[in-house]
Amino acid sequence: MQDVLIKLHQLNVTFGERKILDDFDLNIHRGETLAVIGPSGAGKSTIIKLLTGLLKPNSGSIEIMGSKVENFNDSEWDEIRKKMGVVFQYSALFDFLTVGENVAFGLRRHFKVTEEEVTQRVSELLGMVGMPGTEKMLPSELSGGMKKRVGLARALAMRPEVVFYDEPTSGLDPVMTMTISRLIRTTQEQFGVTSILVTHDMESAYVAADRIAMLYKGKIAALGTVEEIKNSNNPVVKAFIEGREFKEEQYEQ
Amino acid sequence: MLKDICAIIGKNLIKACMICGQMTNLTIQTFKRLPEANPKEVLRQMALLGADSLPIVMMTILCTGMVISVQTAKEFVRFGAGSSVGGIVAIAMARELVPVLTGVVVAGRIGAAIAAEIGTMKVTEQIDALKVMAANPISYLVAPRFIAIVLMMPVLVVFSNIVGNIGGWIVAHYYAGISSMSYTNSIKMLAEMYDVVGGMIKSSFFGAIIAIVGCYKGLNAPNGAEGVGLATTASVVLSIILIFIANYFLSIVIYI
Repeated sequence: MQDVLIKLHQLNVTFGERKILDDFDLNIHRGETLAVIGPSGAGKSTIIKLLTGLLKPNSGSIEIMGSKVENFNDSEWDEIRKKMGVVFQYSALFDFLTVGENVAFGLRRHFKVTEEEVTQRVSELLGMVGMPGTEKMLPSELSGGMKKRVGLARALAMRPEVVFYDEPTSGLDPVMTMTISRLIRTTQEQFGVTSILVTHDMESAYVAADRIAMLYKGKIAALGTVEEIKNSNNPVVKAFIEGREFKEEQYEQ
Repeated sequence: MLKDICAIIGKNLIKACMICGQMTNLTIQTFKRLPEANPKEVLRQMALLGADSLPIVMMTILCTGMVISVQTAKEFVRFGAGSSVGGIVAIAMARELVPVLTGVVVAGRIGAAIAAEIGTMKVTEQIDALKVMAANPISYLVAPRFIAIVLMMPVLVVFSNIVGNIGGWIVAHYYAGISSMSYTNSIKMLAEMYDVVGGMIKSSFFGAIIAIVGCYKGLNAPNGAEGVGLATTASVVLSIILIFIANYFLSIVIYI
């Protein structure tokens, strides 16, 4: 039996009248890359917000690395966040810091490391994401794809156990989309991190993920390996993969 | 109809109470986290928020000193009280005009800048990025700005007092024909060091208001570019209103 690193049980999240997650259950295994796919507004990014403590569920439980976190206070969350890395949809690089300072931010804040070690780690990470020698550049001088890569380097700087990717390929050209997707795959293989990839880009999910979860109406509509999802007969999954709008009434007829 | 009006008033009252509570909470959190502020960042903010505001503040106060002198000098000379003009201008400047106008100028320049900067960070997920990197936004963003403004406001006030009085003297001397000796003697006789110190104390409170309101509006900016614009405007308006309200109570406590 695989080791479950993250367990979401009977989660409910509502924004006003709108139900985002409805008795939502999901287990994420240690060392795997799970892609969460689904149409816009389905609650994919909400899952990342719940798992990083940026949002509290209305009810239900969240277990991360053996700790029940749904009632954690800020300092308890901070301890668990040191073992996490997040790559944001719009990179969220600190625009008043250079690329090098962005990558070194967590290291300098939470680890007792010498400046020499910081410089070495930053250069190693930037090299790994294909951006060597950019330490002195400002985020405003980078393209969208470059920002995402720096965001990944920053997320990996503290050697996290879990990395969350929130739409890492949105707004990128197909070549850069594949580069980022392969980078996610390589990162998982190289560092053995558990990754949760939130995306609506199927190609990216196929390249980067071990398993794919399809989110629909606040629940998991389908969950399986890449091949299982590709060959799924589930009408919601089929419609999503084929780029069709899923109409429940038609399906019922 | 009446029910609707009551509902609107009630809704706005609840909203105002909520904002009040959230701002009080932010102030308490900021005080708690003051020791965590990075000294380098505090110095950077002091240069950015304080030193860079000096020219505009001095320009405003110079003109204010001149205007006060224009309004008082001729009239005072007419009633044979020309020898009091310096003191009157100095007291008015030190107690009320310099701290309040410095507060208003800094609220417009720095309060808006803080709200816009933090608001932009919020809408571009940089605040979330800080949180998920286990860096508390209050210790990292609010505390250094708070310390910087609270420390720099009295410094601005000292410079402004000097410039304001020079402005007053220029007008009194060249427009109303009051001698420099009479002007300075009047300042020495009527004004006290406590007038300036009181103004400095007031200005620190105004600085605290500007920092808390700017940071609060920035941290709660609605999403999008429009949200940042709204937060910036609201920060300036609310800061100025709170400065005037606080000025009344501080004047009573400090000078009466």
